[in-house]
Amino acid sequence: MSLWEYANPVKFIRTTDRLLPWLAGLSVVCLVVGLVWGFFFTPDDYRQGSTVKIIYLHVPSALMAINAWLMMLVASLIWIVRRHHVSALAARAAAPVGAVMTVIALATGALWGQPMWGTWWAWDPRLTSFLILFLFYLGYIALWSAIENDDTAADLTSILCLVGSVFALLSRYAVNFWNQGLHQGASLSLDKEENVADVFYHPLLVSIAGFVLLFLALVFLRTQTEIRARRARALLARERMA
Amino acid sequence: MIALLLRDLRLAVRAGGGFGLGLAFFLIVTVLVPFGVGPETGLLARIAPGILWIGALLACLLSLDRILALDWEDGSLDLLATAPLPMEGIVTIKACAHWITTGLPLVLAAPVLGVLLSLPAEGYGWLLLSLFIGTPALSVIGTFGAALTVGLKRGGLLLSLLVLPLYVPTLIFGAEVARRGAEGLSVQTPLLMLAGISFGALALLPFASAAVLRINLR
Amino acid sequence: MMPDLGKYADAVLGSYAVSIALIVLLVAVSVWRARRVRAELARIEERIKKHG
Repeated sequence: MSLWEYANPVKFIRTTDRLLPWLAGLSVVCLVVGLVWGFFFTPDDYRQGSTVKIIYLHVPSALMAINAWLMMLVASLIWIVRRHHVSALAARAAAPVGAVMTVIALATGALWGQPMWGTWWAWDPRLTSFLILFLFYLGYIALWSAIENDDTAADLTSILCLVGSVFALLSRYAVNFWNQGLHQGASLSLDKEENVADVFYHPLLVSIAGFVLLFLALVFLRTQTEIRARRARALLARERMA
Repeated sequence: MIALLLRDLRLAVRAGGGFGLGLAFFLIVTVLVPFGVGPETGLLARIAPGILWIGALLACLLSLDRILALDWEDGSLDLLATAPLPMEGIVTIKACAHWITTGLPLVLAAPVLGVLLSLPAEGYGWLLLSLFIGTPALSVIGTFGAALTVGLKRGGLLLSLLVLPLYVPTLIFGAEVARRGAEGLSVQTPLLMLAGISFGALALLPFASAAVLRINLR
Repeated sequence: MMPDLGKYADAVLGSYAVSIALIVLLVAVSVWRARRVRAELARIEERIKKHG
């Protein structure tokens, strides 16, 4: 009898073991190139001065904060429908990464906003939405930790992720309405870079690529850890019963 | 179903059922606010709708674990699960009972507390309406959170962490109705959104709550 | 070598410092935990193999 309960985790670990060094290396390269290029070799913005350099951190981290949650949502759905343990564990693995990305987005957003708005924190709709997203991440991570049974935890957290996603989206609209109503016309969006000049855009793309690869590498690594930890728990339980 | 509702109502009102605690908490929070921000009437009048909404929300939050924890502990939840009632019906009844024993009293108490906070005259009606429409959402969402944490010892803090972010849209729109109403502005949009959230939650969340309870009862 | 950041030096440098620190921390914790769990699992499997 195979000691592993299912083939999936084995294949996953084997495949990711091969991919990880490449992902990690490529991510470091992209991050270094993107950030160095953006920091040292781009000019200042007409309106925002040198703070525009924060864009190479703020935009990628904000993108990843959202995408991490979307990945968790998809993984949760796959667990609910197809019961692949790797999927549930991948969602668990991704959550702290998404949470850190959210914190980076918030910190860089606040630091960027301070010279522009004159306060360390402003309840700008986008920043506020990210703050709420951070709370959703915390709740999700906390629920995983609170439940002993692995399958029950996977089931409950996946339902939480689903319901949470709906409310997170609802919150986004609510927050937009809430701030817009109070400060009509004074919306200072940090992401007014719809027409970002090429000179900023290219290093930004490289930086975004770096963050995406970093996310993938971390999720693969952490999912491996979750799989192994789960297996260790199962073996210990079996030992105790024998 | 009615029998279940009546049973829950009776249990809540009995001594030890925690019936008055929500109201008492609401009162205490309202009294604390002027101590925190100063007694200046103008300021209090401006923040009164929001404070009252937050006080009601927190009072709801504190009574959430009672919805399911007691039945879980003495095994009645297991019995209910095997009853001919669908689980979705059971959680809806539970949310209903919570609203009648906690939400509704808060709604009725709010205008009285509004006096303490110098709520403007036009604000009373809108405060009442917004709480009346919004507190059912708080009960339904809270039941979902209670179902998630029902088996956990000392799950109270986790329950708060899970439920409060879910409460944000209801709070935003509810408080907006109360605030705009008090200032004489149009309340159409937030009122519609608030009603939408309450109806949507009532219609859809019981399915999620039932699924969660079934998982926890396994 | 260092570009002139002007009056925004604190904000920009602060952003880079915080972000890089958080990423490094995240990677370090992830790698440390991965190694620890891997070793733990190997120990348990060894023990089971010996006792059959």
